[in-house]
Amino acid sequence: MELEFLIEKTALVLVLFVLTLTIAAYSTWAERKVAAWLQDRVGPNRAGPFGLLQPLADGGKMFFKEEIIPSGANKYLFIAGPSLALLVSFLGTAVIPFGQNIEIFGRVVPLQVTDINVGILYIFGVVSLGVYGIMIGGWASNNKYSLMGAIRGASQNISYEIAMGLSIIALLMVTNTLSFKEIAAQQHGWHWNVLYQPLGFLIFLICAFAETNRVPFDLPECETELIGGYQTEYSAFKMGAYMFAEYINMFVSSVVMAVLYFGGYNYPGMDAVNQALGPTWSPLIGVGVMFFKIIAFIFFFMWVRWTVPRFRYDQLMDLGWKVLIPLAIANIVITAIVIVGFDLFNKL
Amino acid sequence: MSLFYVVAFLSIIFALLVIFTKNPVHSVLYLIATFFTFTIHYIILNAQFLAVVNFIVYMGAIMVLFLFVLMLMNLNTDTEPMKSTLLKVVGAIAGGCLLVTLVGSMKTLSSASTTAMDNTGIGLVENLGKVLFSDFLLPFELSSILLLAAMVGAVLLAKKDNKTA
Repeated sequence: MELEFLIEKTALVLVLFVLTLTIAAYSTWAERKVAAWLQDRVGPNRAGPFGLLQPLADGGKMFFKEEIIPSGANKYLFIAGPSLALLVSFLGTAVIPFGQNIEIFGRVVPLQVTDINVGILYIFGVVSLGVYGIMIGGWASNNKYSLMGAIRGASQNISYEIAMGLSIIALLMVTNTLSFKEIAAQQHGWHWNVLYQPLGFLIFLICAFAETNRVPFDLPECETELIGGYQTEYSAFKMGAYMFAEYINMFVSSVVMAVLYFGGYNYPGMDAVNQALGPTWSPLIGVGVMFFKIIAFIFFFMWVRWTVPRFRYDQLMDLGWKVLIPLAIANIVITAIVIVGFDLFNKL
Repeated sequence: MSLFYVVAFLSIIFALLVIFTKNPVHSVLYLIATFFTFTIHYIILNAQFLAVVNFIVYMGAIMVLFLFVLMLMNLNTDTEPMKSTLLKVVGAIAGGCLLVTLVGSMKTLSSASTTAMDNTGIGLVENLGKVLFSDFLLPFELSSILLLAAMVGAVLLAKKDNKTA
């Protein structure tokens, strides 16, 4: 392994890590600003211009608060819960291509940490692992409300994973590959997958809300019934870790949706820009486009939070099992028929 | 090769911890760790698809259900049923018999088949799919029918009888 390769990957990992943290921190600020905007209020405006230093103030506050570990709690698992939630949420971005290959000092650098040929399945696995943080933390708290929240989280994640997996299968039938790099490259220009898989995208979007435990599916922490759900007993930075993990998950889901369905770094007219700016500067515009899409998705998450009321638990299960899964299966069948039909048509 | 020994050592340690911990929830968590080391084994063998599927299905789904049931029952160390001495002796003998059978079958196993496995790329998803849908089509379809039958059976068992309700 050559030195340049190591430097390149380390730099990419560090940039991605810092970027994820920054976006997660500023999502907390943006969420409050969006909420204020939707409710015709001002929102945080004391710390710095437009309240931009608010995440730093919040972070500092969380570090200095007293940490309480309940006496009846299982100490090791109580600490392991939030740590695991935070750790797992970081893993997802490793396989995401954030742009085309970029040329720096005559070296072609891919803007992706690693391209494994089962990238989609990797993301899927990491997402399914996220529920352990909630379950372990909720159980270790030794509190009935926490346990209820943990159990709700687990059953919700398992239920919606199925519909999510089925919607991805229909996408794979279109793309014929599991590698994120190839999927992103296939959507060159405006050939975005959402145009070929509108129903699949809708199902994936709903499942993404459920997997990240966001409103209207935030039943694991439903404060009107369960106080705080799985995080009831948590204080100081452990509570902050759970909150951070939720925002990072939201970021990762937005990234995945942007790459799988909305073309990632591709935009109409990119060929002309590539020619005009050359291989060093034009990929950066692609990265900018990608982040514009990601931020649009994050805004959508927040918009929904302040628009749609929370589901009841039986409604959540009914939606998952009786609506989304049959719809996803129908989507697979329709996709298969259309693909075979086109093949036959082309042979004639 | 040294990586293999480290991971194999971890697998055995975690597997032993599954058996020796008193708390059932800890036991399940060690089992998850054991499955994670299996995933690493698959990656070392260049079987990426198998690794990821093991990761998703065993760690992400089955063990979540295990944990789910254990948390609902809320078992503690004191509620663990104590087996009688007779059962322990019988269990030890049965386990010993299994060990003898395994060692016996390992002894006759030829080691020639494992050497040429490195660069075939059979574990990559593309090759695996082709092999599954051509050479092993019948066993593949049979096992899927088996899974479907199990699923229908589970739904039937779980469904309430409409007449009595």
